[in-house]
Amino acid sequence: MIDSILSINLTDYSYEVESREDLIERWIGGIGLATQLFKERMKDLKADPLSEKNVIVFAIGPFTPAYPYASKTVSVFKSPLTNEFGESHGGGRTAMAIASAGYSAIVIEGVSDKPVYVVIDGEKVYFKDGRSLKGIRDSLILARILAEIEKGRGIRSIIRAGYAGERLVRFACITTETYRHFGRLGLGAVFGSKNLLALVVMGKKSYKTDNPRLYREVYKEIYRLGVESDAMRKYHLIGTAENVLPLNEMRALPVKNLTEFQTECEDISGETLAETRLGRRIACSHCPTACIHIATLREEYEEEKYFYKTLMIGYDYELIYALGSMIGVTEKDSLLRLIHKVESYGLDAISTGVCLAWATEAFKRGIIDVDETLTPLDFGDWRAYMEAIDNLVFQPNEFYRSLAKGVRFASQKYGGQEFALAIAGNEIPGYNTGFSVYFGLLIGMRHSHLDNAGYSLDQKHPDLKPENAVERLVREEMWRQVLSSLVVCFFSRNIYTPQLVSKAFNALAIEMSEDELIKKGEEIYMEKLKLKKEMGYKPSVGDIPERILNISTPAGKLNEKRFETALEYYMQEYWERF
Amino acid sequence: MKLLKIADVEKCVGCGLCMYACSRKNVKDLHIGIGHSGIRAVSLSGFERGATVIFCHACKEPPCAEVCPTNALKPRKGGGVIFSEKLCLGCGNCISACKIGAIFEREDGKIAVCIHCGYCVDFCPHGVLKVVEV
Repeated sequence: MIDSILSINLTDYSYEVESREDLIERWIGGIGLATQLFKERMKDLKADPLSEKNVIVFAIGPFTPAYPYASKTVSVFKSPLTNEFGESHGGGRTAMAIASAGYSAIVIEGVSDKPVYVVIDGEKVYFKDGRSLKGIRDSLILARILAEIEKGRGIRSIIRAGYAGERLVRFACITTETYRHFGRLGLGAVFGSKNLLALVVMGKKSYKTDNPRLYREVYKEIYRLGVESDAMRKYHLIGTAENVLPLNEMRALPVKNLTEFQTECEDISGETLAETRLGRRIACSHCPTACIHIATLREEYEEEKYFYKTLMIGYDYELIYALGSMIGVTEKDSLLRLIHKVESYGLDAISTGVCLAWATEAFKRGIIDVDETLTPLDFGDWRAYMEAIDNLVFQPNEFYRSLAKGVRFASQKYGGQEFALAIAGNEIPGYNTGFSVYFGLLIGMRHSHLDNAGYSLDQKHPDLKPENAVERLVREEMWRQVLSSLVVCFFSRNIYTPQLVSKAFNALAIEMSEDELIKKGEEIYMEKLKLKKEMGYKPSVGDIPERILNISTPAGKLNEKRFETALEYYMQEYWERF
Repeated sequence: MKLLKIADVEKCVGCGLCMYACSRKNVKDLHIGIGHSGIRAVSLSGFERGATVIFCHACKEPPCAEVCPTNALKPRKGGGVIFSEKLCLGCGNCISACKIGAIFEREDGKIAVCIHCGYCVDFCPHGVLKVVEV
C-alpha cells in the first residue's frame, strides 16, 4: 500500500513528503483520503476559490496500480463555479503516473508569483519557468511542447489547464494526456489562479504483495470480466454516445435549452459517428475496454483547394448533448468543430453548452441583445457558437465576463433564471429522464449525474415515491464513495461488486470485509456532507430552475411538491443528522 | 523457443496492460505497477496520433549484450538476450546501445528488458502482440 503524500507549495517553491498511513487505513484512499487532506489543509473554507488559500488535492487509491480499471484519479478543491465542495475525476495516465511516482496523493497549495509548471519525478520535484508557455491557446499544443521538453515518455502524465483556465473561466477544466479531463467544477480556473500551467508526473516505483498467487488469480478474474462478460459491453462498442438515440426515442434528450426533448439526431448519434467518423480508439492506462472514441474530421483549407487538415476529436454522450442537441446542432461535423474548440481551450463541455443554450434563449426572448452577445445567437447556428466560445474565453465585454462565471451568475445578473439550467450552480447533464436525475443533481455531493446515477433510477423505477427515491440515490452515492476511494472507473461498477472488492483487497494482503466497505462508504459520504455544510451550502428547491420543476419527462410530468417532499425527507434523514 | 512479436501495431490503444503484465510475470518476484516492465506503451506525440508498444525485437547479434561489462546480458539462441539480474551493475551501456530504446531503467538502477516469455500476450485485449515459436 502506498502511504506517501506529496505536498507542494507554490508560494515558496517548496515541497515535502510525509507518510499518512493513518488516513489511508481509516479512509481507504481516493476521495476518502482527498476529503481528509482537503479538510486539514484548507484553513479557510469560506475563502475565495481563486485566491491563494484554495487547496488542490489529487488522490489515487489502493487498487492503483494493482488492478484493471483502477485508472482514475480524484481531485478535490473549492469550486470557483459553485463556491463550494469541488470534486472531479479524471482518467488518462494520471493515476498510473502518481502511483509510479510513489504517492497516494499530491496536495498543491499557495500561488506562484510567475507562471510555472511543476515536474514530479519520483522523489524529486522541479519548479520550472512557464513564462514562455503562458498564453498558448491550444491545450493540445501546450502538451506537445511539454512532451518534447520533458522526459518520461510512456510513464508520465501531463496534467494541464488550457487557455480557458489561464483566463479564469470558472468552468475551465484540466486536461490529462489528450481527451481525458478533470472536467467539472472549474479546476482549470484554480490552476490558472495559482499561475500553475501544468503538472508533469512520472516515476518508476512498483509494489509488492504477500499474496502474489492470489493476486494474479484475482487480477485475471477482473480482466476476464472486463473483456469477456457483458459488464463493459456498452463502453466497448459504441461508447457512451450509444445513449443519444434511446434517450431521444423516449423524449429524454434535452433539446434547445430543454424546450424540447426530441430532435432529428440521427446524424449526431453514436451509431452514425461510429460508422462514418470514428478514426481511432484509445484507452486510459490499465483499461482493456478503451472507451475513448476519437472521430476524424477532414477539413479543406478555407482558401486553398486540395489542402487538408485532419483533426482527431474525442467524443462522448455528454458532449453530443451539450454542444449538439442542447444548442440545436444536429449535424455531425458542426458538432465536431464545436467539440474541438472546447477541447482546445480546456473548457468543460457541459457547462459551455448549457451557458450557450441559456444565452440563445435569452437572446431570442429579447432579455439580452447583440450588444451583449456580439453575434446573433440562434439554435443550430454553429458558426455563431464558435464565435461565442471565443468570447467566453477572451471575455471582451461585461456579458461574457459574467457568462464565464457560469449560467447561474449570468442569469442572476441579466434575468432568465427560470431557464438557466444549472442545479446548485452546476450546469446540468443531458438526461431528462425523470424526477430522480434532477433530485439526484440537487443532493449529489458534486451536483453531477455521476454522484448517484439518478438517470438510471428513473429508467428502472420511474414511479418511486419521493422518499424511496431519496433512499436509493443516497445508498448509491454512498457505495460510489467506495468506488471512488479505490479509485476505479465508474464504468466498471458492475465488475467491482462488494464481494469482488473485498477479495481484491485480500489479494493485496489487506483485510476488508464487505460490511466494512459499506460502512466506510457511509462514513465518507457523511464527511463530505459535513464539509459541504461548513462551506456554507444548504440544498433548497430554489436551487432548481423553474423550467425543471414542472417539466415533462418519460416518467411523467414533474411538480414542485414532489421535490419539496423529497427534500424535506432528505434534510431530516441525512442533512440535519450529521 | 518463443519470441514475442508484433501482430498488428496499428491496433495499439495505449492501455499499457502489457506493461502491468510484464511486471507481474514472475510470481516469485512479482511487482505491482509498471516499474519492472520490459515493454512500454507510448503515445505517438500525443494520443491524437495513436499509440504503439516498444520492446526488444530480438536482434540476432544484440549490441546490448556486447557492451555489457558483466555478462548480465548474454545473446539468446534464436535472438534477443538472457538477462541475469544479479550481475547487472546498472551501468546503462545497454540502454545507449539499443537504438530502438527497448531497454528500460528501473528504480533500483538495474534494467528491465523483454525476455520473450509471452506472458503479456494473454493480457493484450486488442491483438497487438503475439508469440511465435522459432
